[in-house]
Amino acid sequence: MGLKEKILTKSLWVYHVSAGSCNNCDIEILDCLTPRFDIERFGMQLVGSVRHADVLLITGAMNKKSLKRFMRVYEQAPKPCFVVAVGTCPCSQHMFRPSYSMEAPLDEIIPVDVYIPGCPPKPEAIIAGIVKLIEKVTKNDKRRS
Amino acid sequence: MFIVDYFIFPGFLFTLILGGWGWWLERKLTARFQYRAGPPWYQNFLDIAKLFCKEQIIPEGANKPLFIISPLVSFGAVLLLSFIINASYLYTQGFAGDVIVILYLLIIPSLFIVLGGAASSNPLATAGASREIKLMLSYEFIFIVSLVIAIIKSKGLISLVGIIDYQREYGSHIFSISGIIGFILGVFYIQAKLGIVPFDVSEAEQEIMGGPFIEYCGPLLSFFKVTKALLYFILPVFIILLFAGKNLGWHLIYKYIIMVLIISVLKNTNPRLCIKDILGFFWFFLFPLGCIGIIFAIMGY
Repeated sequence: MGLKEKILTKSLWVYHVSAGSCNNCDIEILDCLTPRFDIERFGMQLVGSVRHADVLLITGAMNKKSLKRFMRVYEQAPKPCFVVAVGTCPCSQHMFRPSYSMEAPLDEIIPVDVYIPGCPPKPEAIIAGIVKLIEKVTKNDKRRS
Repeated sequence: MFIVDYFIFPGFLFTLILGGWGWWLERKLTARFQYRAGPPWYQNFLDIAKLFCKEQIIPEGANKPLFIISPLVSFGAVLLLSFIINASYLYTQGFAGDVIVILYLLIIPSLFIVLGGAASSNPLATAGASREIKLMLSYEFIFIVSLVIAIIKSKGLISLVGIIDYQREYGSHIFSISGIIGFILGVFYIQAKLGIVPFDVSEAEQEIMGGPFIEYCGPLLSFFKVTKALLYFILPVFIILLFAGKNLGWHLIYKYIIMVLIISVLKNTNPRLCIKDILGFFWFFLFPLGCIGIIFAIMGY
């Protein structure tokens, strides 16, 4: 494990991408910042600009319209940047799979590092997912650049 | 030898460690105010180190030279400033008129934040830059008034060492009416200069996504963070030297902690003001207060 990865995993700045979600997962993500869960104690911060991001939290089923916008956001993120799919929608398109506006599941479009299923996932599940991401980065040492 | 002076002991590294710690203290206090646990004490250093390791992207439509140079220039100005201010109380080293040099150098970081934001060709960054200019118009004015009070109180001495020596002999300025007014103005100046909550319109995270910093990433953003960490130490210490400079040395530690406490209490008890309220507050409330302070200082209270 390099020093770079060690530093990176201790100050993950999180950017929240809503790709057409029903707002439930977004509220659960905001819950992670509240006194009960407080992700700032792990050095995580919710940032407003994708340029500052280390982790993209994606909520919502990726439809044809939001896919174009999302690809622009993904290309703007400075690498190394990790992708976390929050909720069942970005993991497997959930009940929107037969919909006419769906392109493909998220992991066929871009590489996804961690999946957090749930409709919506609890804040504990989101934190556990981020811990899995940290384990993956530090143990496997497969950094994407 | 001057390399050690500027980059290691009284200069950059010493100030960065204390400033990063002060910034952490403010974050931790904010977290405790909200019943959260807060980050560990080394968080700001990790953030800065991490940003150095990230990829650097320069936006396509940006004015490249200006975009690259503005974090470096603001860092350079604050580097110089950290040496001048720390040398004044550690080595009692200074020169006539260094207060005015400090005044000029303190404007440079804000000015280059504005230029960098405007150069990044992002509409939100431009909005942030224009707000920062309006903020500068309001707080620099108040800072000069507060500086004038300190200078009048110490019988017209314009050097920082002279002001400290005067207070060592005759007691801190803060224990007089005009001194307390000057100190209040100084505290509001720090709050606005560092962009902390009641006056953080220029980089409002929820509103314009970080304002001038929106397009910055990687090492260049890291330079801005280092600048902010240095300012977190320099500005409170400068106000302490101007108004409470009687007992320094180890006493500076608790004085600095009290300053950080004042900053975080102000931060956590106030909502963000909009720009016209800030201008109104600084020009039509704090400025008349400062004028009263100057009159008191001339009369000798």
